[in-house]
Amino acid sequence: MHSLKKLSTAVAAALALAPVTVLAQDAAPVKIGVVAFLSGAAASPFGVPARNAAELVIELMNAGKAPAPYNTKGFGGSKIETVIIDESGGTTTQVTEFRNLVQRHNVDMVIGYISSGSCVGIAPVAEELKKLTNFFDCGTPRIFEDASYKYVFRTSPHSTMDNVGAAMYLKDVKPNMKAIAGINQNYAWGQDSWGDFEASMKHLFPKIAVKTSQMPKLFAGQYNAEISTVMGAKADVVHSSFWDGDLEALVLQAAPRGLFKKSTGVLTAGETIMAKLAKQIPDGTILGARGPFGPYAPDNAYSRWLKKEFQERYQVLPTYPSYQMAQAIMGVKLAWEKAQAANGGKRPSNEQVAAALEHSTFEGPGGTVKMALGKGHQAIMETAYGMSKVVGGKVTVTKVKRYPAEVVNPPEGVKAADWIAGGFKH
Amino acid sequence: MAEFVTVLVDGIFYSAWLFVAAVGLTLIYGVMKIVNLTHGSFYALGAYAGASFTGAWIAHGYPPMLSYAVLLAAAIIITLVFAPLIERGILRFMYAKEEVVILLITYSLFLILEDVIKLIWGVDPYFVSEPYGLLGSFDVGEMTYPTYNLILVGIAIVSGSGLTLLLQGTRIGKLLRTVIHDPEVSRAMGINVDRFYLVTFTFGSMLAAIGGAFTAPTVSVVPGLGVEIIVLSFAVVVIGGLGSLPGAALGAVIVGLVRSATIHYVPALELFVIYFVMAMVLAFRPRGLFSLAEPRKI
Amino acid sequence: MSNITPRDRTLPMLGAVLLAVIVLGPLLPKWALFLLTIAIAKGMVSLGLMLQLRAGLVSFGQALYYCIGGYTAGSLGRFFDISDMLLQMICGASAAAFVALILGFLLARYRGIFYGLLSMALSMILYGLLAKSESLGSTDGINILPSTIFGIRPVQEWVRYVVLVTGCSVAALAAALVQRYLKTPLGQLSPAIKDNEIRVEYMGASARKAIHVKYVIAAALSGIGGALAATAVGHIDPDMAYWTTSGEFIFITILAGTRSVAAPFLGAILFETIRTVAFDISPNTWQMTLGISLLLVIVFLPEGLWSLFSRRKAA
Repeated sequence: MHSLKKLSTAVAAALALAPVTVLAQDAAPVKIGVVAFLSGAAASPFGVPARNAAELVIELMNAGKAPAPYNTKGFGGSKIETVIIDESGGTTTQVTEFRNLVQRHNVDMVIGYISSGSCVGIAPVAEELKKLTNFFDCGTPRIFEDASYKYVFRTSPHSTMDNVGAAMYLKDVKPNMKAIAGINQNYAWGQDSWGDFEASMKHLFPKIAVKTSQMPKLFAGQYNAEISTVMGAKADVVHSSFWDGDLEALVLQAAPRGLFKKSTGVLTAGETIMAKLAKQIPDGTILGARGPFGPYAPDNAYSRWLKKEFQERYQVLPTYPSYQMAQAIMGVKLAWEKAQAANGGKRPSNEQVAAALEHSTFEGPGGTVKMALGKGHQAIMETAYGMSKVVGGKVTVTKVKRYPAEVVNPPEGVKAADWIAGGFKH
Repeated sequence: MAEFVTVLVDGIFYSAWLFVAAVGLTLIYGVMKIVNLTHGSFYALGAYAGASFTGAWIAHGYPPMLSYAVLLAAAIIITLVFAPLIERGILRFMYAKEEVVILLITYSLFLILEDVIKLIWGVDPYFVSEPYGLLGSFDVGEMTYPTYNLILVGIAIVSGSGLTLLLQGTRIGKLLRTVIHDPEVSRAMGINVDRFYLVTFTFGSMLAAIGGAFTAPTVSVVPGLGVEIIVLSFAVVVIGGLGSLPGAALGAVIVGLVRSATIHYVPALELFVIYFVMAMVLAFRPRGLFSLAEPRKI
Repeated sequence: MSNITPRDRTLPMLGAVLLAVIVLGPLLPKWALFLLTIAIAKGMVSLGLMLQLRAGLVSFGQALYYCIGGYTAGSLGRFFDISDMLLQMICGASAAAFVALILGFLLARYRGIFYGLLSMALSMILYGLLAKSESLGSTDGINILPSTIFGIRPVQEWVRYVVLVTGCSVAALAAALVQRYLKTPLGQLSPAIKDNEIRVEYMGASARKAIHVKYVIAAALSGIGGALAATAVGHIDPDMAYWTTSGEFIFITILAGTRSVAAPFLGAILFETIRTVAFDISPNTWQMTLGISLLLVIVFLPEGLWSLFSRRKAA
């Protein structure tokens, strides 16, 4: 029994290391858990720009310095506080940390998650803990197709429209093309992206030939052999959903070999590298930004505000993860305040905020966000594609075409894959 | 036929890169019997140092042709900062511990260095693409390749043959082989084993850093760069036989060619082909292709 | 070399800890229940590693069986609508043990670093296969049914407690069985194999067979751990088989030391606690915090965490 006592003391001591905070409900600040990759390869393109946007937007909101209707202080007058957590470590770690956020930090809501794996794993836990959770970036359409949730939202469009939009853009600008090839990362995102693109192309170009689909390992870094194979395939178009580090490596290694000069590159997440690789991206490369973000953002009060403030603070223009984080916070703020008003000015419950966010429509730096799918929990937005053109040493986009939200997204209740296979029926 | 040549060329380039990235691991294991996970950290350190030094060099308008020398110097300098610190400061106190415990110590150090790198360079990617494009390109059949790839082949050949000569042909090499065979007896014979360990660790880590530095122009240098290289290097040196130089070379060539052929003919299998090769080789040659039988101590 | 003391108090201690969890569980904060459950699951795998470590063998691919356990539990729910925790753990253990029985014929011939690396290669092959299976969600993985036990689905308020108590009971039982196994002649061969295998052979015992048996037991334990983690987390993905997962298990095992069958669980609790505190206090540099803490434990507690207890006992 002696060792038992020691063991239990040790356990108790270990658990006591973690801070436990219980806050009084009245006049308490609104506590938001913010989760994004702060280490590993996804930190620099997604996690850190998103965290930066969250810190910036929340600070400005606390000061009442966001454009109307986001200009009340904090959330309905309550100051916003954040608890920031790294998204690394796998789903088991993320589920543990999500529970810690909710049950140890007593956050009022969680905004976060870049990896689709995290989102799939977190959604049922958020539901179990009855905690409002807004996924700001992850792509897979499965979240609201496989289940329906009361507390889980995604204020960013899912990835289906990225590839449907790319195919529609090709139909508009290269109606006579005959063959495609692909190079995508061998994990769910890359597999889904290529699957959606291939199916969309087969529908829009019934005679299209699919030459090769390369699936290198995530973070492989060396793509000479893949580039040779894709070049040997002599396709009109090479599709890639690569992002950041891998995309930069691909473009760097493809440039001296002329891959994207011989075949037009369709880079669905190409926007994040535009500012960095002006010399290596040949004119005419088709670039996507996962929605109306970055160079495709509409010129409205919110995008001007975000660009100006972000540039001032971080000396760079915001990329799409920053837009998505900003609009995730904005959407929740409006819903919070709407719920608070309906609650007679008192602090709203998670259920009331969720009800207000459901089926809502709001304006953000990327234009109109409609919570149209997944029973009002999944956003749709328009998307845009364009071709790169180097002007004065900087990559700009030309021949921009915009596709309305309802055209590039499946209707409510239809799975994205079925919708594409069925020929985009509405 | 044309495709076969492409497979071969792609395979050789990848093999050269693999060899440079992995050879330091086999050297350190061969001499010190340490499974060194900081190998990945030094690869990343070399890449960061290479990219930032060379970037600054080119931004200052110094002759770009010398950027290759700067890449090399960057790798050497960064290793000289970190490797002796790690070996003298921590590892040398641990040599008496079991292999797996030392492995875990290097894993802890790897975790620490990941964040050290992040604290020094931040999370934004570094590029230094100039050295990659500078030498132009050449054609093999229908394919165009950047001449830079030949530099990696050159480094692989120079480091491989240089090490072999050093080990087989010089007095230092002879002493080192004595240390490898039995460190305790060597010590008794008056060989400064500690110094050999310090030099070996530094030199092996430097090879990883050089691999990283010369990879830097072809990729964007981002956090997490070092993780992927660890397992890949292990696969290569295990296939060849841990601690064997010709083994590492053969391992790199096998993995490079098999991977290249897979990409060209059955791209769906690329994801696990390296592990499959590793498992197959170990299944038939339990200690890798080039391995000496271990003496049975009764 | 054998670390089992003659007056062995392991079994009463396991029982007492289990009782403590049952009694004190409702008083613990909810997040701690979950953290403990994950620690128990990881501790199971670690217990398997400890068995191998006692014979001087380190598997860098134990995540293979953790993953098989997890996916077995997940598949039971997905394809057969079975969400019973105990059934999931039994099936997870059986599936893992079966695979280990076959692979064991190969692996039992290996020693040292090659044993570790071959097991890692096998684990990474499973990772590759799962990352390719789009019907199982590829790298995003799939969610599994909420846990039930004996056909009852606990109410929301109590489900974490029920999962923890179930996990702890299975773990205590497994630890007790391992303890008994360690006392059998086959179990007591371990330190001898580590010390000098040839002497073992001269004694007429088969080192290969002893290792094969250990390998299968370790796999079964890992399978239970995987199934428990799967039902607790509610999600499985191929990362369960990735080499970094195996690395985590090795870390826990070394932290814990090999002195007691209870050590791996304590090691896992400590590991999870360090990790979550590091996430909390330094979200941007948690890897460094984790690395430094682990380094300190290795340097100052070379025999593992358990030496804290046994050292005092000696004094």
